[in-house]
Amino acid sequence: MKKILAVDDSASMRQMVSFTLKKAGFDVTEAKDGVEALEIAKQSEFDLVISDVNMPNMDGITLISNLRGLSSYKFVPMLMLTTESGLEKKSAGKAAGATGWIVKPFNPDQLIATIGKVLR
Amino acid sequence: MNIESLNAQLAENQDLIQDTSIKQYLTFLMAGEEYGIDILTVQEIRGWEQTTAIPNAPGYVKGVMNLRGTVVPVIDLREKFALEAVEYSAVTVVIVLKIEQAGMDKIIGIVVDAVSDVYGIEASQFKTSPSLEQNQNSQFITGLAQVENKTLILLNLDQVL
Amino acid sequence: MSIDLSQFFEVFYEESFEGLDIMEAELLDLQPGNFDNETINTIFRAAHSIKGGSGTFGFTSVADFTHVLETLLDQIRDGRRALTQIHIDLLLQSVDCLRDMLTALQSGEEPETQQADELKSQFNQILSESSDAEFQGNEAADSPDSESAGETETYWKISFIPGRDILKTGNEPLFLIQELAELGVLTQVLDVSTVPDLTNIEAEDCYFKWQFELQANCAQAQIEEIFEWIEDECEIHIEQAAQTNTSEDLVAQAEGTSQVKQADVDAERTSQIEETKPENIPPENKAKAASSGNKPKQTKTTESGSIRVGIEKVDSLINMVGELVITQAMLTQLSDGDFDPAKLTSLKEGIAQLAHNTRDLQESVMRIRMLPIGSVFSRFPRLVRDTSKKLNKKIELKLLGEQTELDKTLMEKISDPLVHLVRNAMDHGLETPDERLQAGKSETGSITLNAYHQGGNIVIEIIDDGRGLNTEKIKAKAIANGLMSEADGLTDDQINLLIFEPGFSTADQVSDLSGRGVGMDVVRRNIQALNGSVELESNKGEGSVVTIRLPLTLAILDGQLIQVGQHVYIIPLVNIIESLQINSAQLSNLGGELEVLRLREEYIPIIRLYDVFNHQPKTNQLSEGLLVVVESDNEKVGIFVDELLSQQQVVIKSLEANYFKVDGISGATILGDGTVSLILDVAGIVRLAGLTGKQQAMIANQMNEIEQLEA
Repeated sequence: MKKILAVDDSASMRQMVSFTLKKAGFDVTEAKDGVEALEIAKQSEFDLVISDVNMPNMDGITLISNLRGLSSYKFVPMLMLTTESGLEKKSAGKAAGATGWIVKPFNPDQLIATIGKVLR
Repeated sequence: MNIESLNAQLAENQDLIQDTSIKQYLTFLMAGEEYGIDILTVQEIRGWEQTTAIPNAPGYVKGVMNLRGTVVPVIDLREKFALEAVEYSAVTVVIVLKIEQAGMDKIIGIVVDAVSDVYGIEASQFKTSPSLEQNQNSQFITGLAQVENKTLILLNLDQVL
Repeated sequence: MSIDLSQFFEVFYEESFEGLDIMEAELLDLQPGNFDNETINTIFRAAHSIKGGSGTFGFTSVADFTHVLETLLDQIRDGRRALTQIHIDLLLQSVDCLRDMLTALQSGEEPETQQADELKSQFNQILSESSDAEFQGNEAADSPDSESAGETETYWKISFIPGRDILKTGNEPLFLIQELAELGVLTQVLDVSTVPDLTNIEAEDCYFKWQFELQANCAQAQIEEIFEWIEDECEIHIEQAAQTNTSEDLVAQAEGTSQVKQADVDAERTSQIEETKPENIPPENKAKAASSGNKPKQTKTTESGSIRVGIEKVDSLINMVGELVITQAMLTQLSDGDFDPAKLTSLKEGIAQLAHNTRDLQESVMRIRMLPIGSVFSRFPRLVRDTSKKLNKKIELKLLGEQTELDKTLMEKISDPLVHLVRNAMDHGLETPDERLQAGKSETGSITLNAYHQGGNIVIEIIDDGRGLNTEKIKAKAIANGLMSEADGLTDDQINLLIFEPGFSTADQVSDLSGRGVGMDVVRRNIQALNGSVELESNKGEGSVVTIRLPLTLAILDGQLIQVGQHVYIIPLVNIIESLQINSAQLSNLGGELEVLRLREEYIPIIRLYDVFNHQPKTNQLSEGLLVVVESDNEKVGIFVDELLSQQQVVIKSLEANYFKVDGISGATILGDGTVSLILDVAGIVRLAGLTGKQQAMIANQMNEIEQLEA
């Protein structure tokens, strides 16, 4: 089973993402901010990281850039959850090593469809 | 008919209801008359048990009983309908009903002489009778129905409390 | 895949309300020109989360409104716009507006958008005033996807040269190709001509090039979307071909390449995603769908249905269940086989252990519902700020004991009475700065909210250092409203308490602030409905203290079982001061009607419960029964009963749920033998017996006179 790390400070978004992915047959681990995600990521291996951008303690872009620096996450796809007002975040995210992004708001079907681009 | 088989039949009948033009009624006896209530409002049928009195409540409110942890008021329908009171006996039953009052569901028990049967009644079997207007309980009576040479008095007990 | 998003709504509402609380608290801290960036960041994040969630869960009105908030906050955060007081006020209003909208949504209503629209236009006004930089450039660019999305299949030619670093961002060209293949029939040619010699190869780089031909009924935008993440790093050409090319043509076009690999990507299309059938809908949704047909419309309350619990509380619960299981195993072992009387001691120990476990478990479960009162207190800084502005008073608010926990249900219900009391203290209690200076006090008045536990109760005090109650004024008003007469001879404290009487608060007293047409009597009634009490202490010129006492939980109470005739009732232990046998020598009769017992220095009116409830008692001789002395609203009364039974903790059940509110009864419970027993509402019984606070005072007064005559 493919393992996904879902990072979001909003419990409802996190639950929605996690629930959707679990239904699609993925093994999902949740984290509530970048710091927690990085800790978890170091102790385990994931096939995909999906992270919100705006979070307390450590934002999503810093998280991605930190993860990319780890040898075990060199090629792991990492997606950002961003809002339409965050276009400039996309380039910042890409510079940090993000694979792509999912624009909020999105529905569960869109989420699953998008993941097909990086995880099969 | 004992209470277990009544409840089994009740469940069965409630499951079977699909045709909306035919309504199922549970009928019960009181002072020689047979009354019917919409079976979908009936939760279960129980034997009479001692209740806890509610202070200063009207006489027809027999008190409250414990229905698996829920506190449920019990109404003596004979008294409510101003019929002659009788001693409760082994066949006295309490029909547990769900009624709707001011938009809220309430669970109540009504004490009747005995449960009779279940009938499917079509709208065409409904009758109205001018004499009903004079009946002091007319507010609870939705109509009469002729079934098997009997006349059933159909009730809506939402306002019985 | 069918996922019912509504299952996440409750969490969304909860975190959004929390977010709004945070926004509000931080906004109140903000000072134009002097704030730290983390404060703005925190506010921004809260708004951002609400926007993201509301958009995702389909609450467009909220998402649209939050968007303008977020835009402004973003500009302030990036230093593109200077924060002003106007911004703060507008944002605070928006917090209120969002709270209203979310509350409406939570109770299943469409929110009013009028206020939101007004605020939105104010935001847009601000946003349209030039800032240091442009700001509307964040709308998603329109994608030209209108072309060729027709019914017929189109032939697309796509050339794709990935950037060499593409793999290092986690992008996998093969997956993108599979995505393409899902659009229609895909033919591909892989060009490996650019792959260097093995010795020069960088293992982590991507050297391939692709040529695709796609026969699909899709728009160009759909193809572009697949490459969206990497379009900047790759060369991608998409063109619509006039007609089909066979794969041979493609191969021919790719001539000169050293190797040709043709793959039927279609066949690889086996993803876990498609294997997952739309699973069965969660049962509760099914039930919902099935029962929604004849469900009567019910007015929903906005008391939220979920609760967040700290992990340590759950852990302690699990520990206790563990102990319970051990005890159960022990008891099972004891009951195995024929019972040996020698085991009796162990059995008794086991049952004692079980009782202990159950009590601990009960306490732990109750603790789950307990939340710090801080979440109620947190709305007061805003209230005090806004109100002091309106009243032109300087007010400092102190919050103490914010960590004091109480039951969540109680918390939701105590909030409004508290607001009322605090408003009242600001409006009537505290003086204007001038008045304060004249009285030799500091210019700034203070209001303190203090919460602490005392016994099984939570005590909340509202303390102000204002002028205190104007007893003369209250007296005049009470006389005018017929609540008392000059001849009653009430003490100042008794007169002050009259502000809690129904009929005291009249129209001319209702101010814009504290009035709102709700009197203090409602406050007291609400608190009494929670089995609580209100006390008032006032010192002229120094201020007043209102003390609210509430049980920690509404679910359970300690009760004294009493019997009248064959009826068993429960009196809450918190109400009981003492129980005693009546000494006829201390009885007096007032006006031939009211019986009074002299107990030490006090005169206690006697209420015969059988009389009030119309029951047949075992005895009507006061000397043969017992008197339970209870306190209600600072007044003592004696309730005459046949006898006292045991004391026990009872779980409170609602009588109103299926019946009505009954005078003198606060609820019901189920006793060990399965029968229902009703719980007495002491204040209600005092009312039923026709004894009001005023009459009690009269009694005391008359008794005093009698005493003086005797003396």
